[in-house]
Amino acid sequence: MQYLPNILFALVLILGIGFFVMNIRKLSRNIKLGKDVNRTDKKPERLKNMIKIALGQSKMVKRPLSGFLHIVVYVGFIIINIEVLEIIIDGLFGSHRIFSGVLGDTFYGFLIGFFEVLAALVFIAVVVFWLRRNISNIKRFLSKEMKGWPKNDGNIILYFEMVLMTLFLVMNATDIHFQEAGIGNPISQFIAPFFDGFSPESVHTIERSAWWIHILGILAFLNYLYYSKHLHILLAFPNTYFANLNPKGQFTNLESVTNEVKLMMDPDADPYAAPPEGEEEAVPEKFGASDVTDLNWVQLLNAYTCTECGRCTSSCPANLTGKELSPRKIMMDTRDRLEEVGRNIDANKGTFVDDGKQLLNDYISPEELWACTSCNACVEECPVNIDPLSIIMDMRRYLVMEESAAPQELNMMMTNIENNGAPWQYNQQDRLNWANEE
Amino acid sequence: MIVPTMADMMAQGKQPEVLFWVGAAGSYDDRAKKISRAFVKILHQANVDFAVLGTEESSTGDAAKRAGNEFLFQMQAMMNIEVLNGYEVKKIVTCDPHSFNTLKNEYPSLGGKYEVFHHTQFIQNLISEGRLNIDDTSLKGKRVTFHDPCYLGRANEVYESPRALIKRLGVNLTEMKRNKSTALCCGAGGAQMFKDAEKGDKEINVLRTEDALETKPNIIATGCPYCNTMMTDGIKFKEKEAEVEVKDIAELIAEANKL
Ligand code: SF4
Ligand code: SF4
Repeated sequence: MQYLPNILFALVLILGIGFFVMNIRKLSRNIKLGKDVNRTDKKPERLKNMIKIALGQSKMVKRPLSGFLHIVVYVGFIIINIEVLEIIIDGLFGSHRIFSGVLGDTFYGFLIGFFEVLAALVFIAVVVFWLRRNISNIKRFLSKEMKGWPKNDGNIILYFEMVLMTLFLVMNATDIHFQEAGIGNPISQFIAPFFDGFSPESVHTIERSAWWIHILGILAFLNYLYYSKHLHILLAFPNTYFANLNPKGQFTNLESVTNEVKLMMDPDADPYAAPPEGEEEAVPEKFGASDVTDLNWVQLLNAYTCTECGRCTSSCPANLTGKELSPRKIMMDTRDRLEEVGRNIDANKGTFVDDGKQLLNDYISPEELWACTSCNACVEECPVNIDPLSIIMDMRRYLVMEESAAPQELNMMMTNIENNGAPWQYNQQDRLNWANEE
Repeated sequence: MIVPTMADMMAQGKQPEVLFWVGAAGSYDDRAKKISRAFVKILHQANVDFAVLGTEESSTGDAAKRAGNEFLFQMQAMMNIEVLNGYEVKKIVTCDPHSFNTLKNEYPSLGGKYEVFHHTQFIQNLISEGRLNIDDTSLKGKRVTFHDPCYLGRANEVYESPRALIKRLGVNLTEMKRNKSTALCCGAGGAQMFKDAEKGDKEINVLRTEDALETKPNIIATGCPYCNTMMTDGIKFKEKEAEVEVKDIAELIAEANKL
């Protein structure tokens, strides 16, 4: 019977981690629904980017207040995980504060004391975050796409952190031996007197409960991630690693188009010739993107990584002037649709069954797409190197090349380029007139 | 004004130092033509051996590409590349950041590899090589603010050469609150120049003009013909034509050097 808590602990741990792994596999399956794109070149540069941007948070601090608070929560979160390691060992082997024996009282005390201070700082930062989100009218938290779940999701995680940090401190405060040792309780010593009138047994029970709820809370948090924008705490790393390294103005040259254009321009090509051996079956390629499976896997990874922070939208000239376009919404829509496609595949034993929906129109309207100036402000702003513009461009390509659905004025502009070599209706023979007009 | 073409050069068996890519705006738009002429005057003053393609130049395809028409873009690109490679062009300079970006970044993988300069970079090189001087100070004391074109700034991270040139004019360079990598678009990119804006509560160029006006400028300096049009329209909308001028950096330099 005395091993019951240990067995229970092991079970909970296996369940918690197992469920998480299952979801992560689903996530990776969904991302792989995207088209291939090669992002394995320039490894040192990619690694550098990841360390600077994801680990070093270099783009977060461009907005000093939220950047600073974010770093507090982030550092606190990572470092306090050392404590979680101790909890896991204690839980599995029935030990108590095993690190104190291993590290010696002085160092252990220092470490836990440090964690306590961090926990308090995280708590304060999280409260400020909550106030920013819910009390002060910060425009980027009030956009249309933030109604409902996105707003609740943001708050839930803040409550989670408040509770976890409180439990950690209560756990220390009710650990009588630990309090009496007086080695590392700069914060919890002020909470301890609260339990003064309690019997030693109930204090012990509270300590055990706090300990258990704390680890259960962490496992719940872990499994909550998959359903939340907080997935970014994991995906920010691969996302910055695989981000586009080319100059932002450099758009992809669609290879499928290159082949056709070459054929069209080659005077020796025989348009009626049979396709070369082995290519007869080739399905005509779809140009651009109308659904998530037309996007590449990096774009899909982007969608899962999006933190819904809205920095992109708050710098988007179209959004700033009241147009429908919001780059954040583009990312959220892509994620929502991808999740929908994933659930469809799960429900139909591994194959996608047409549901009569797609990303275009059902989620993202042409009006949003046509409002983009391709200015790259959203790409520049994103703290985790997401590229909403690439999705916008791929969808425009679909509208124009598959559906000939460009706004009328753009069709005129394109006809002019085709006929006169300029977006306006001028004669190409007049192209040098400017030189003699003074 | 003497503007030699590549065809002339070829006939004389000569290869110029640099090709000036004029661009559609620089060739046809009345306001932008002035920028082209100002730049040519500077090239002449610095004794740069240059040529243009003239009637052999065609749209780079930038607007078509950003409107989503990859076919049209690649057709334009391949045609232009054929002409450029036919003349064995190595170095290109242009006053249009859209042409600059497209030629520099999007032509190489289609077979067009050139060294491409924005005119502000090129002029800066001329100065550092001692081939050009900006000596006049008639603009001294004027308040000038520079609007970063998206396709020069964020797209290619060219922030310093326009500023370095403006400083040489002895003017008082002020920055808008959104500048360099956080600059606001003028509203013309992504083929917006050629269509009406989607409905909203303001035009982008008006918002950007307000950014500029906050710095109380005498001159808004630009480095892109489309930005120039957008800011000029914005100034008209705000009825500030009497107080504020919109000028390309090439025009400011030509003026300072009394060209
Ligand atoms: S690139 Fe498009 S979506 Fe992104 S900020 Fe500019 S206008 Fe907005
Ligand atoms: S795309 Fe980037 S900047 Fe925009 S909301 Fe998502 S994480 Fe924030």
